[in-house]
Amino acid sequence: MTREAGVAARREGAASWRPRLAEGTAPVLVVLLLLLVGLAVTGPAYDEPSGYLALLKRAAPLMILAIGQYFVIVSGGFDLSVGALVTAGVVIAARLIDGDESATTGVVLLVLGFGLLVGLVNGLVTTKLLVPSFIVTLGMMLVLDGAVFLWTDGAPRGALSAGFRMFGRGSVDVPLLGEVPWSVLILLAILVAAALFMRGGTGRALVAVGDNEAAVRLSGGQVDRLRLLAFVLSGLLAAVAAILLGGFAGVSAQVGNGLEFRAITAVVLGGVLLGGGRGSVVAAAAGALSLEALFTLLNLLGVSGALESAVQGVIIIAAVAYAALGGGLRQRLRWRPKRNSTQPAPS
Amino acid sequence: MSVVQENVSPVRPRTGRAAPRPRLTPVAIVYLALVALLVVGSVLVGLRGEVLLDQAGILNILTRATALGLVAVGQTMVILTGSLDLSVAYLIGLTSLIAAETMAGRDGMVVPGVLLALAVAAGVGLVNGLVITVLKANAFIATLGVALILRGYLEDNYTGPAGDVPRGFQHLGYDRIGPVPVAALLMLAVAAVAWWYLSRTRPGYHMYAVGGDIEVARLSGVPTRRVVVTAHVLCSVAAGLTGIYLASRLGSGAPYVGTDAGYDLESIAAVVLGGTLLAGGRGGVVGTIGGVLILATLDTIFDDLAVDPFFKDVVRGVVLVTAVALYARRMTARRARGRLA
Amino acid sequence: MTKRWALVAVAGVLALAGCSSDLPEETPSGSGSPSSDTRRSEFFDQAEYDRQLAFRDATPQGPDGKPWEQMLEPQMVDTAKYAKPGGKYRLCFSNAAVDNPWRQVGFKTMQQEVKLHPEISDFVVLDAEAKDDKQISDIQSLSGRDCSAIIISPNTTATLTPAVEQACATGVPVIVFDRGVNTTCPVTFIHPIGGFAFGANGAEFLKENVKPGGKVLALRILPGVDVLEQRWAAANEIFSGSELDVVGVEFTDGDAAKTKSIVSDYIQREGKIDGVWMDAGATAVAAVEAFQDAGVDVPAFVGEDQQDFLRLWVDEGLTAVAPTYPTYQWRTPVIAAVKILKGEQVPKEWVLPQPRITGENVREYVKEDMPPLHYAMCGCEDMPGYPGPWK
Repeated sequence: MTREAGVAARREGAASWRPRLAEGTAPVLVVLLLLLVGLAVTGPAYDEPSGYLALLKRAAPLMILAIGQYFVIVSGGFDLSVGALVTAGVVIAARLIDGDESATTGVVLLVLGFGLLVGLVNGLVTTKLLVPSFIVTLGMMLVLDGAVFLWTDGAPRGALSAGFRMFGRGSVDVPLLGEVPWSVLILLAILVAAALFMRGGTGRALVAVGDNEAAVRLSGGQVDRLRLLAFVLSGLLAAVAAILLGGFAGVSAQVGNGLEFRAITAVVLGGVLLGGGRGSVVAAAAGALSLEALFTLLNLLGVSGALESAVQGVIIIAAVAYAALGGGLRQRLRWRPKRNSTQPAPS
Repeated sequence: MSVVQENVSPVRPRTGRAAPRPRLTPVAIVYLALVALLVVGSVLVGLRGEVLLDQAGILNILTRATALGLVAVGQTMVILTGSLDLSVAYLIGLTSLIAAETMAGRDGMVVPGVLLALAVAAGVGLVNGLVITVLKANAFIATLGVALILRGYLEDNYTGPAGDVPRGFQHLGYDRIGPVPVAALLMLAVAAVAWWYLSRTRPGYHMYAVGGDIEVARLSGVPTRRVVVTAHVLCSVAAGLTGIYLASRLGSGAPYVGTDAGYDLESIAAVVLGGTLLAGGRGGVVGTIGGVLILATLDTIFDDLAVDPFFKDVVRGVVLVTAVALYARRMTARRARGRLA
Repeated sequence: MTKRWALVAVAGVLALAGCSSDLPEETPSGSGSPSSDTRRSEFFDQAEYDRQLAFRDATPQGPDGKPWEQMLEPQMVDTAKYAKPGGKYRLCFSNAAVDNPWRQVGFKTMQQEVKLHPEISDFVVLDAEAKDDKQISDIQSLSGRDCSAIIISPNTTATLTPAVEQACATGVPVIVFDRGVNTTCPVTFIHPIGGFAFGANGAEFLKENVKPGGKVLALRILPGVDVLEQRWAAANEIFSGSELDVVGVEFTDGDAAKTKSIVSDYIQREGKIDGVWMDAGATAVAAVEAFQDAGVDVPAFVGEDQQDFLRLWVDEGLTAVAPTYPTYQWRTPVIAAVKILKGEQVPKEWVLPQPRITGENVREYVKEDMPPLHYAMCGCEDMPGYPGPWK
């Protein structure tokens, strides 16, 4: 963004600091609300907050992955490597910690650093070598899957320490609220940070890159650097999700299977048009929570596990169709008066 | 509708004159790489005292290439229009079951079985195409949604292999002329038809146009919606053929025969390896077949060298990204050269 | 133009002349179809069920302390025609996959077993990566490689049968283990007692340890895998004939996080679960943790012989049983191959003992320093180099 445009954007943002929903967030929140009501009606556990806290605890890793995936998708790309990255994080942590409590901090930092590194590689290859992110992250997924199991000879070894697992499994006493799971606290912190980030100049620039890359480049914006940032954030958040999932579920060889598709589904459910430029990070997280709530509800209703996939498929198509058709209309209405503006929509 | 909108790189102005370089198209690069791979592979395998390209080896490579080749030809058409199809893996399983169950061991039911499987495949392709064009859903998500619906159907109705392919039809999966499987010839015939369609007919040309720039195509009077739907129907029919072929190999239908082999992502990898742009508008079936042969050869070489299966994955990932990076570099260089001319 | 078409026609005729087929000869299929009873699992086979349950009480023949060499009620066959004196065997193996820890441990054990036999000069392994189509090609490839014997671990029973028959037809001795095929052409078929016995072991344990009317949750990995379907079929049979209340049969996809979530949901839904039956133990620890996290007592549990479950069992003093599908069965095919090539007799169907780990003997099987997904029944403790390759 040019200096003037940046200053203008910041001023606009500063003037509107009251919490406001970005466009397109509303539908997914309605869906989420319906699902939560459904849960309250069907399940005895959801008559009290502890039930919902448990749902949040379980959904936290996917929500965090969805936030990371949001950054990448809104800037116009894909990150297919997050599932493999989660598995890699858990397996690496288990092997290095090997049950030794004192190694916990070091390994946690290492896993986070590993996520950063993978995101960096993804971003660099996409921006510098001009390979579409779909292909880069697909290749990275293959490489991670292969390399990690090559290193551990096919099956995970070692063990996670109690300290490591605390984040995904444990709770902490919060005044007024009682026992709140660590993962929920971490999730909330990330969500707030992400929302604030997206309101700032860099966040809006990210959305602009996905919306109209050529325009951003012509107005002097650092497209490559922004895209790189998106991938780095996605990798970092995938590492956080790995720590939470490893804590919750323990060591397993397939903890990350299919997570990349679930994260992308969540983001799309949240209303982000694939191809970039729309939606909000809150919507993406809400989409992930909705997915988790939906599966729980289906389980409670006794819907056979097989139909779960079919239901998920129908919902995906419906959600995207709604977002695209509705969004297309809104877009056409909005852009007419402001044809020359390169300001992206506030998020 | 283009799945990938990124990397629309601007022309980078270059000072000085670009030195004249031999013009190698991506297709040429693919086939040169294939030859190089065969040579290197033969040497490595020879060091172990065996021969890579004996009758069994060639048979191996071509057998592996057959199923993937059929799917990848279909996927090429879809990608050329700027779209994508992630539902092929489950569709392959479904069509193998439909074919095998309809045939039910009776020679007389072979033709109805094949026709029914292809009809269902075409129907799924139609759904894909309509969801993408009419409901304006992104191809990745639309076909992912359809894939999940197919998966739900398969999980609900099947607990394993079902149906019975009569021996007469199983010959399709096993007959060969020397080291060349009959099915591989069929696959090449399908590829040849696809090549002819794409490069010698107007609807085929339209596919390139839609993939290149859908708005320009629409403004030029190309019926973009019809083109995209056609591409998806043809892709799904190709997947149907793959399912039928695999049914003849296995003697029955199997719900997960498509997903076990990862034909969805593998076919995309083969297409991209063959030089087709993921964003559409450039590439073709000839390159795709080259990509398929490279993947099949890699697999065979790894088997002969007793390479760890996990190492295979690492190599495949690196090869994929490297190849596409190479093509992308060529594209920017060519654009720069074009600008100076 | 006509000249070109003539050339094409001639080429076509020549090609057809060279046409050949790898389709194996048709032989009558081996096993009968399972009985169909709508309330029972379609995989339930009364005759086989009774047979397997009887095997549990049979006395094995063979060296003490070496269950991978023992056989139950064997019917020996002559292998003199396969004898190859002079050693220098090339042993070939078509492996379905190494895509789960059970197969990983088994394969490592098999590789070490090969090293114990100096007569085997070459061990060729092809990994089918869990793809039927690839395994068919792999077996065809091995048939042309001058193998002294071919070991096959089939990915799927029905679809791999023609390929196995084709391998038999080459005259090379074929050994099948783990999953079976629908043909009797292999020289020997090696397997532990079977899925029905595995499932029954767990279900009977719950019947003994859970009060009548108690709530039992059944956790399964995937539908449609024949070895797992048999386990559930047997358990279902026993639960139907008991006073236990099976409150749920859920598929976990083998995913630890999903298992934990499902169990948590059931604990909340039912209030109290008195017993958990599982068809495999990879996610057993996650299921146990679900109870711990909910702050309730861990009920009677059916697990498997993974180290992480055994350790948890001992540390927490659980009431549990671990039926096993022993990984030591990966040693036996190599032993059988060597026997066959020496002309010694082997059983037509080599049924291995299928031990179960109970509260009484669990401590013997816990090995603190081994990986969490290492299987205790690997039969590898006395092999040279232990624990190196398995660690």
